[in-house]
Amino acid sequence: MSDHDYRPKSKVGQWFNDRLPLLTLANHLTDYPTPKNLNYWWTFGGILTFCLITQIVTGLTLAMHYIAHADMAFESVEHIMRDVNYGWLIRYIHANGASMFFLAVYIHIFRSLFYGSYKSPREIIWILGIIIYLLMMAAAFMGYVLPWGQMSFWGATVITNLFSAIPLVGEGIVTWLWGGYSVDNPTLTRFFTLHYLIPFLILGLVVLHIWALHVPGNNNPVGIDIKKPSKDTVPFHPYIVIKDGFALLMFMIVFAFFVFYAPNILGHADNYIEANPMVTPAHIVPEWYLLPFYAILRSVPDKLLGVVAMLSAILILAVLPWLDTSKIRSAVFRPLYKQFYWILVADVLILGYVGAMPAEGLYLLIARVATAYYFLHFLVILPVLGFKEKTLPVPLSITEPVLGGSPNLAAARNKESKIE
Amino acid sequence: MSEKKTKRRDFLFTATSAVGAVGAAAVVWPMIDQMNPDASVKALASTEVDVSSLTPGNTLTVLWRGKPVFIRRRTQEEIDEARSVKMEDLIHPEKDEDRAKNPEWLVMLGVCTHLGCVPLNDKGDYNGWFCPCHGSHYDTSGRIRKGPAPWNMEVPKYEFVNANTIKIG
Amino acid sequence: MKSLFKLFSIIIIIIASNSYSFAAEKVEYLKTDWSFKGLFGKFDRASLQRGYQVYTEVCASCHSMKYLSYRNLAEPGGPEFSEVQAKAIAASFEVTDGPNSDGEMFTRPGKLSDKFVMPYDNVKAAQAANGGAYPPDMSVLVKARGGGVDYIYSLLQGYEEAPSNVSLDDGVYYNKYMYGNKIRMAAPLSDGLVEYGDGTKATIEQMSKDVTTFLMWSAEPHLEARHQMGFKAIVYLIILTILVYFSMKKLWSRIESEV
Repeated sequence: MSDHDYRPKSKVGQWFNDRLPLLTLANHLTDYPTPKNLNYWWTFGGILTFCLITQIVTGLTLAMHYIAHADMAFESVEHIMRDVNYGWLIRYIHANGASMFFLAVYIHIFRSLFYGSYKSPREIIWILGIIIYLLMMAAAFMGYVLPWGQMSFWGATVITNLFSAIPLVGEGIVTWLWGGYSVDNPTLTRFFTLHYLIPFLILGLVVLHIWALHVPGNNNPVGIDIKKPSKDTVPFHPYIVIKDGFALLMFMIVFAFFVFYAPNILGHADNYIEANPMVTPAHIVPEWYLLPFYAILRSVPDKLLGVVAMLSAILILAVLPWLDTSKIRSAVFRPLYKQFYWILVADVLILGYVGAMPAEGLYLLIARVATAYYFLHFLVILPVLGFKEKTLPVPLSITEPVLGGSPNLAAARNKESKIE
Repeated sequence: MSEKKTKRRDFLFTATSAVGAVGAAAVVWPMIDQMNPDASVKALASTEVDVSSLTPGNTLTVLWRGKPVFIRRRTQEEIDEARSVKMEDLIHPEKDEDRAKNPEWLVMLGVCTHLGCVPLNDKGDYNGWFCPCHGSHYDTSGRIRKGPAPWNMEVPKYEFVNANTIKIG
Repeated sequence: MKSLFKLFSIIIIIIASNSYSFAAEKVEYLKTDWSFKGLFGKFDRASLQRGYQVYTEVCASCHSMKYLSYRNLAEPGGPEFSEVQAKAIAASFEVTDGPNSDGEMFTRPGKLSDKFVMPYDNVKAAQAANGGAYPPDMSVLVKARGGGVDYIYSLLQGYEEAPSNVSLDDGVYYNKYMYGNKIRMAAPLSDGLVEYGDGTKATIEQMSKDVTTFLMWSAEPHLEARHQMGFKAIVYLIILTILVYFSMKKLWSRIESEV
């Protein structure tokens, strides 16, 4: 890599760069050799960065008008919607932005699952990603509490009560979280504080996530290691920048549709009713992006075990690099894994669907089967598959599949046999 | 031919960057404008004050747009004093006739034009107001006479709705 | 690209079907054509003004609208009463202000900057006056109900004789669109209940439509601005996307021709 040899052209630049090598960093980021066969699933990293910045900027501006007090929070949100200049726009971007953020992060995660991006040597990137995802859920949950509507209040009550499942100290922890004997003003103010803090933690972790990425470089659809820089790579700027930009614009069109034409479709009507500790809404449903985990929670008939199952469903992802025993990264060359992958996708979508349904009868049964399968996939299928699966031959260089337009297995195989 | 091609490509890139920059600028505006006074603040831009109980030589202080407004019912001496000052002696020359249309009534923002403190009544070397923060002296017309303040105290837009009521704003 | 689009559509459909899943259990709402729906949807000014009349003359005796101010009535995108009209409307209400210099509260005619006067001082007073049921604040009512405008519109016309197998307590009425069918509000509208200044016939259906339109505006006062800006934003994004697409093709052609 030529990174460290970089010298700014101007004298001032050299002077500055010798003291703080920001220009070296900028040079590294623009020249960063990226596999040229990355497809559009790889653009979601950039899209997620956009989402994070959007949430931080709109969040900061909303915080200038929002009042974190149980008596005034709901009213201050209405004030933002009615009186603040462009307040309605900023709030709808922020509220729908959370959904867009999760939409993008799920695509990002499932892209990683398909192409085996979590495998050696990228385990740390993956684990950092899981931590970011956990923090995102915490931030989203606390953000949902701030408008102090009925779903805010009862969502906060239900989720904080999860901690009461912890033996012995559970009740104490819940009271501590609340700062009282129920969700009330102290809870709201601390949630606001943490909701404000977490995005900056995420920002820091994102820097680490990208740093860790730039050590081994990007994985790619073929999943093989590539030499960099080489014929297989292109400089990040302008090639990847413009491709990411194109995908981002497509994403923004969807985003804009929600903001301008269906701003409340992803929310719940009950959250436009001010919080009332005396009345629980008929159905308490979390935001759509938390539904699969909600379904897992409810599918276990024991309070403690339900919480354990829900947490395990997320934490199991952290050890995924070691559960997946296959040496081949990309599902393109793993015919069996590819099928199980799509079953997992369907399984998670089903979990999401039953999570929105009442936990009874057929829905409960489906939730239980889907929950069991979720764990089966990670704990049994993946480890066994690594040993049993007959994988397809992998090309030696990504230039081959790129040449053919799609992974050209015949050409790759040919090459392989020639080398032998 | 290749030159032509280059030109077209450059045009495409320029157009794309230009359109992108316009959009970016358009997005920035709402984020800035949200800090301007909102609709509910603007709606409170005027206030009506009942001054029937104010006797000559006294000052009423009311809040308007979050700032104190001095309403002074001046005595004849104060009016004479204010009107006899020569323009050359003033730091910020303004006629008292222009500041107080109805000479008996002086209405002005009670905010020192130096750094925004509230001056004290009936104090200072010119029998008007005195700002305790950095020592600005104002006369009986609220004009700056001595000290660091650059301008006279501001006269807001106001009108007498009837003999007893002043509408400020 | 294709699969990306597919995934987007699948996810959007799933999300959309989730949010409608509860409505599916209920009865079909009455439908009418709302002028504010769609890409360029705008409010029908005359309907908003009539709707305001229905609100003040009928609903406002029990239902507050505490997040609205009289100035809103003259703002663009709303009923757009003239400033003079809005001032007259505001002045027709007695507003409690104070304390004055004696420390007493006093009443005065309303001003544009005042919030809508509430029928009751607080929730408890509202409950006491209505047999324990709190008539909900109407400012964001349309957004606070799953069925939105269609639900409100239907509910206002949904009063019926209770079926023989349903027994109703005193002060409870049967409404076929209400969740659980039992409602504590008596049928609020009857034909000719208000007299419209513009000569429109005040049928129950007409009044329901007008007042629901008014409630939609009160819940979403910037709806017209949102639709207008949305259209511009999306057209802009599409143009930029096309430009970026061709720029991208141009740039990448260097790479593809190289290999």
